[in-house]
Amino acid sequence: MDLRDALRIPAADVTPEDVWKQRRRLVAGLAALPALGIAGCAEAEPPLPPAPTPAPAQVQDGFSTDEEPTRWEDATSYNNFYEFGSGKSDPSRAARTLRTHPWQVEVGGECGRPGVVDLDGLLEGLLPEERIYRLRCVEGWSMVIPWLGVPLASVLRRFEPTSRARYVAFTTLADPEQMPGVRQRTIRWPYREGLRIDEAMHPLAFLATGIYGRPLPQQNGAPVRLVVPWKYGFKSIKSIVEIRFTEKMPPTSWNQLQPREYGFFANVNPRVDHPRWSQATERRIAGTTSRLVANRIETRLFNGYADQVASMYSGMDLARWY
Amino acid sequence: MNGARPGPRRQSRRREAAAKALAHALALVPMGVLLWQAWQVAGGANIDALGADPVAEIEHRTGIWALRLLLLTLAITPLRQITGRSWPVKFRRMLGLYAFFYASVHLAAFLVLDLGGWWSTIFQEVVQRPYITLGVLAWLGLVPLAITSTRGWMRRLGRRWGQLHRMVYAVAVLAVAHFWWIVKSDLREPLLYAAILAALLAWRLLRRVAARRRAAAAQPAP
Repeated sequence: MDLRDALRIPAADVTPEDVWKQRRRLVAGLAALPALGIAGCAEAEPPLPPAPTPAPAQVQDGFSTDEEPTRWEDATSYNNFYEFGSGKSDPSRAARTLRTHPWQVEVGGECGRPGVVDLDGLLEGLLPEERIYRLRCVEGWSMVIPWLGVPLASVLRRFEPTSRARYVAFTTLADPEQMPGVRQRTIRWPYREGLRIDEAMHPLAFLATGIYGRPLPQQNGAPVRLVVPWKYGFKSIKSIVEIRFTEKMPPTSWNQLQPREYGFFANVNPRVDHPRWSQATERRIAGTTSRLVANRIETRLFNGYADQVASMYSGMDLARWY
Repeated sequence: MNGARPGPRRQSRRREAAAKALAHALALVPMGVLLWQAWQVAGGANIDALGADPVAEIEHRTGIWALRLLLLTLAITPLRQITGRSWPVKFRRMLGLYAFFYASVHLAAFLVLDLGGWWSTIFQEVVQRPYITLGVLAWLGLVPLAITSTRGWMRRLGRRWGQLHRMVYAVAVLAVAHFWWIVKSDLREPLLYAAILAALLAWRLLRRVAARRRAAAAQPAP
C-alpha cells in the first residue's frame, strides 16, 4: 500500500474539505512522479508544481512557518550527504545512482514487534502531512523547507517500543556500489544518528518522504529521512535502513568523529558555540533576493521551536549537553 | 644595423613583456569568471551561477586562489634553482601581489558580504574563532610585503628587505592552517596544499643544510 491509498480512509469526516483537498493535491503531486525516486529514471525534471500553501487548519500551531521558503533548486543542490561526497554539490550530481525502490527498513531492539518492513509497510495507513520547517545546519546556514511525510511517533508506535526503549537509533544505507563517498573514510560508515525516546515521540519529529509536494530526491535522503527541526541538520539522518530501540545512548557519527564539536543532543543554540565558529547567527538561504549579500539573521534557541520542545530539556545544562 | 630587425636585447624585452601580459591575464581569469558569475546572480540572468550559497562560494573561491598564488610565489625560487634559469624570478613579485589581491577580496567578502550589517559581531568573530584569527593574521602579514614590494622600498631597506620578506613563510603556514581548520572532516584538499607547502619549505631547508655542509667541508682541517 502506498500513500495514495491512505487517502481512501474517509478523512473528510474529520477534516475540513479544503484541507483534505489540499492534501490530495499534494499527494497527487507525489504519486504522479514515482519515477523520480528510481535510479536511472531521473533524467527530465518535470515542471515545478505551484508553491504549496498549507491551509491553516491543516497546520497545527507552530508546526509550520510562514517564512519565505528556500527555492527547490537550492534545497536540492546544496546538500550535506557525505555518502555521495563532502562537497555541497556532490550529492546532487552523484546521488542518482542510489536505488530507492525497493527499500526496506529493519526495525529492532527493545520493541514488541521487530521486523523488516518495506517502505510502504512502514507508512501504511498514515496520512501524509506537510510541515514547513526551518532547517539549521551546524555550519551556520539555514533553509526553510516544506516537507511531506508523517510524524515519527506514529511510525515508531507500530513497533510497540517497550519500557526499556529509552533511545532510538537510526542508520543510513552504506553501500559503496551506490554511494561513492562511502569509499572515502571521511566518516566511520554507516552514518548513525539517534534521539532520546521522548524526542523521537515529540510531535515535531518527522519522517519525510517528500519535499515541495514531490518525492524526496536522492540527494535529500530518499526514500525516507528524519527531520528534527529543533536540532542541527546532521541529526536529520537520510536514507534510513535501520531503526533500533535501545536502552543506552546509541553512538552517533559526528559525535564519534569530533566529540568536542558535535554532541548527541545537538540542539540549535545560539549561546553554545561550535568550538571553531559562532552559532549566534546564520545565513538564511531562501527566496531569490539578496543572494550576493548574505541574509544573516539571528539564530534562535531550539531553532525557534523552544515553545514546543524546551520542556524536554528543563533542568539540563545545555552548554554541557550540547 | 639596428634598423630592420630588432636586436636580441629588444626582442627578449618584448618577449618578457608578452609573457608578463599573459601572466597578468591568467592571474585575472579566476577573478573575471567570478565577477561574470556574480553579475549574472545580481542581474537575475542566472541566480544559480554561484550555487545556493553565493557568499560561501565567493569566499571559498577567492581564498583558494589566494593560497594557490601564494604557493606559486614560493615555488619560484626552487624553480630557478632547479632549472638554473633566472627568468622565473621576474614573475615573483607579480604573483605575490596577486596572492595579496585575492586574499584582500577574500577578507572583504567575509567582512562585507558575509558579516555585512552585523558589524558588532566582527570583533567576536575575528578574535574568538581561531581559524578566522589565523586568516586575518595571514592577511596582515601580507600587507607590509605588498607595500614594500616596489624597487624603491627594496633599495631603501637593503638587506633588511630580504629579512622582512621571509615573513611570507609564516603567512603561508597560517594560510594553510586557516584552510585546514575550517574543514569538518574531509581533509583531502587542505592536506594537498599542506603537502605542497611542506615540499617547498623542505626544499629550502635541505639546500641550506647542504650549503652549510659544503662550507664546513671547504674549511681547512684544524
